Order: sequence, then structure tokens, then C-alpha cells
Amino acid sequence: MKRVAPESPQMRSLLRDWPNRGSLESKRALTAYTFLAIPMLFFLGIRIAPTIYAFAMSFFKKNGSGFTLYNYQKMFASPDFWHALTNTLLYVIITVPSQLAIGIVLALMIGRIERFKGLYRTIYFLPYITSAVAISWVWRLMYDPNNGFINAFLELFHIPAQQWLKSPSEALVAVSIVIIWQSSGYAALISMAGLESIPKSYYEAARIDGASPWQLFWRITWPLLNPTLVFLAVTGVIGALQTFTQIANLTGGSGGQAGGPLNSTLSIVVYVYNQGFNNFNLQFASAVTVVLFILILIVTILQMKLINRTYDY
Amino acid sequence: MRKRVDGAAIVIHFVLCVGILVVAMPFVWMVLSSFKTLPEFYTFKFLPKSWTLEAYQHIFAHTKYVRWYGNSFIVAIVVTVSELFFASLVGYTLAKHRFKGNKIIFILILSTMMVPTELLVIPWYVMSTALGWTDTYWSIMFPGMIQAYSVFLMRQFMLSVPDDLIAAGRIDGMSEFGIFLKVVLPQVTSALGALAILAFLGNWNAYLWPVIAITSENMRTLPVGMSLFSTADAGGLQWNLIMAMSTMAVVPIIIVYFIFQRRIVEGISLTGLK
Repeated sequence: MKRVAPESPQMRSLLRDWPNRGSLESKRALTAYTFLAIPMLFFLGIRIAPTIYAFAMSFFKKNGSGFTLYNYQKMFASPDFWHALTNTLLYVIITVPSQLAIGIVLALMIGRIERFKGLYRTIYFLPYITSAVAISWVWRLMYDPNNGFINAFLELFHIPAQQWLKSPSEALVAVSIVIIWQSSGYAALISMAGLESIPKSYYEAARIDGASPWQLFWRITWPLLNPTLVFLAVTGVIGALQTFTQIANLTGGSGGQAGGPLNSTLSIVVYVYNQGFNNFNLQFASAVTVVLFILILIVTILQMKLINRTYDY
Repeated sequence: MRKRVDGAAIVIHFVLCVGILVVAMPFVWMVLSSFKTLPEFYTFKFLPKSWTLEAYQHIFAHTKYVRWYGNSFIVAIVVTVSELFFASLVGYTLAKHRFKGNKIIFILILSTMMVPTELLVIPWYVMSTALGWTDTYWSIMFPGMIQAYSVFLMRQFMLSVPDDLIAAGRIDGMSEFGIFLKVVLPQVTSALGALAILAFLGNWNAYLWPVIAITSENMRTLPVGMSLFSTADAGGLQWNLIMAMSTMAVVPIIIVYFIFQRRIVEGISLTGLK
């Protein structure tokens, strides 16, 4: 065996690397920390610190000093806030199940046929990628009670003209229709991907055992599609809780604040915007965003519970 | 064997075609309306009377529409490039490097996803005003330069990059950054493509933060410009102009979408399932 001289370069390198391979590892760690330095500063400065700042702000009065619950008391006593909260929950209840239902039905229909699959998928997904601002204005024109496209269309079936966005009792539904129109394609696309990931052999095996199409759907498709549906439901609910752009552009301007008529379309985020950037009470608006944060947190925790549930097949 | 007529398929094709009418109608209505004159909006008529380009000429001559278009483009491109670069760099580091704090940093980044943008816009506004960023491109762009969601996505994709490739790069004496750039990134190009589309569209259509961040007419992005232009007129909505603006905002996106539809659609379903 060749001996290594104690002072030779090989020995030095062995001594450096071998007994505590630490230096190599710490060099690698240094690389990692270098790569992460700017992103970590970003997350601390642009996400984490502002989150804390928003919470802190909500406990201060506009132009006042000292910790106070004033904003929260004012908020919970304000009928507008409760209006916004109820409307937001209505948006969730109306838009999410509709999007899911339309999405799944579209996915099942497109999955069932053989020709033009790609074309249908492309066309139905189109509304999702187009600008919500532009699209809202187009719908606003179509909803016009006097000479809009929709009332003209309904007239063909002898349905009387509706007031749509001008009516406090119909406006929220009218806004919801725009949201459903724009988002159902996403639910369809994700459901299609979910359906395609179910192995065909399951269906063949079940058919050999004499299962009916009804049984195939409820025993195979539905349970295996469940994780996809949970994902869609959760992203849908979180998105609906944050509804803003459509409401602002369908109802804002021409003499009224967004959220009208008579606050009938007001959502939490529109309320935040009006309070923070029209009335310039940023502290009060922060308190409202804290409520929104808590709502989203509840949905996220529910999602974790749902996803961790094990399915028995 | 004779081919049987598939009755169910015919019914499905019929229903899907009716659905396409519902999807397409607003777009058709938008384009048709953009060729009308303002008085034509006071009565219901399907087709424009004389197919005038008046609305388009007015927009180019009397509004800052072109400027807003350019603003949106600059913002969307810069933010997308930054988002892709940092998402893959952080994703790669978290997936392939072992170091103290890896897990904590990952959880920390993920946890920021739970905070809605709406909670952050007020502090961002305060910050942007205090630092004198108001009415700069930077004030529109800074919140989106890195996204927790895309970091998470890229980390998932980076996990499938073979360790041997990275080790080979080290043996060849490449720098760690060189390995990331020349060895790792080429392995995840399809994920990057999908993410690029998502990021670009998200920024191109972004509304809430830009409408808060910008005060000058020159710095508006396209959605903000359109929205504020449309609501600004107290004397009644100028529908022909609004529809022409919407058409120019939407139609190029539709064309690009149809050219790259396969990649876009597959990319989005890929990211939705990860």
C-alpha cells in the first residue's frame, strides 16, 4: 500500500474533505442560501411584513393613535358590511355549484364523443382567458334593459323585458351569470383532465361484471373524480369570495359607486375598495380584509381536512 | 359489420353547439357593436347600419389607448420573466439542495399563499406611496415579481429532474448557477411554458392592484385604462368606443390563443392537477 506523505497535497485535501465532510456540505448550503437570498427578502418584505402590517393597521383608528377595536365595532355595526358579507356568500352559493355542474356535464359530454373533442375544449375554455374588464363591459351592454341583446332575445320567446343590472333584486344574479359564463370552461378543462386520468380498464372490468352506465358513473367516475372536484370547489369558493373586477365594471360609474343598485351587488372586496380608496379610510378597510382573510383561512383548513380524508375503494 | 348511428353522440353534438353559441355570443356582439355609431345603441339592431370605423379612429386620435396597451405589455412581460426566473431558481433550490432550514423556508413560502391579495393591497399602497414609487412601472410590478404558487409548482416539477444530471454538471466543474441555467432549466421547459402563459395572462388581465397603484392617465394598464375611461363620462356611456376598446383588447388574445391552443390548454390543465 502506498503511503501518503503527511504534508502532501493529497493528504491535505483528504484531511479537508474526509473526516467531517462539512466543508463540501456547507459550500452547498451557501449556494442554496445565495440562491434564496433575494426571494426570501421579497417574501419577507412584500408578503409577510405587509400581512402583519395590515393586521396592525386594522387596530388603529384613522388619524388616531393607540390600539383600539373601533374599526371592528364600527364594521359589525354597519349594515353595509353585513350586506357585503351576505352578498359574497350568495356569490359563492350561486356561482360555485353552477360552475362545477356545468363543468362536469361539459367534460362528460366531450369525453363521450369522438370527433371535435379538441375544438370543443378550446372554444369552451376561451372565456376564461379573456379580460374580465372587457368582458364585463360587453355583458353590461347586453344587459341594457331598453335595447340590450338579452332582452331582445327573450322577447322572441315572449318573455317580458327584465331590468337586470338596474334592478336591486336581479343585479346579483346578473353579475353571477357573467362569472359563471367566464369560469365554467376552467371547471370543464380540469374535470376533463381528471376524467382522462381514470384508467379505462376499471370501466371494462365493471362492464364485464354487468354494471349499468348509471353504476359505472356513481361507483367509478364519481369517487375517482372526487379529488378533482374538491380542488375545483376550493379554488372556486376562494375565487368567489374575492369577486371584484366583474362587479366594479358591471355596476361602477355613471353616477353610482360599484356595488349598486342599492348595494345589491356589493361584495366584501368592493366594500374594501370603496372604504379604502373612495372614502380613504385604510384602517377600516384593513379590518374588513382581515375578515376576508379569516373566511379564506376557514376554506383552506376545510380543504386540508377533505383532502386528507382517505377514500375506500 | 355495419356502423350503427350513435344517437347519443348526435344529441351531445347538438347540445355542445348550442353551448358554443352562448360562449361566442358576447364576443360576436362586442365586435358588431364596435362598428356602430353611438345613436345606433339607442334602439336594438343586430347588425351595424354602415360598418363605420369611427370608434376606432376616435380611440387612436383622442385617447391614450395605445399607451395603455404598451404599458400592459411591458408590465406583463417583465413580471412574467421575473416570476419564471425566481420560481424555477427557488423551486430548484428547495427540491434539489439539502441545507438547514429547507423545510421551514418551503412552508413559509407556502403559507403566504393563504393571504389574499386584498389584504396586502392596502399595505402595498402605503409602502408604494411612502417610498415614492407612485406612477412608475415598478409600483405596478413589484408585488408580482415572485409568486408563491409558481414556486410551489416549479418545486414539484424540479423533483423529477434526475440527480445524476446535476452531479454530472458538478463533475464537469460547472458553477452552481451554470448548472441551474444550462442543465436544470432545459429539463423543465414544458412546465416553464405553461407557467409563462398563466403568468402573462394573469398580469395582462390584472385589475385590482393596478387600479389602486396608478393615478396618472399615462401609466394606466389596459384594463385600468378601459375601465376608468368607460366610467368617466357623466353624460352617458360611449358604447361604440367602449366596444371598440374591448375588441382591440380581446381579439388579439383570442387569435394568439387559437394559434397556441393545444399548449395553453394542456399547460393549464397540467398546472391545475399538480
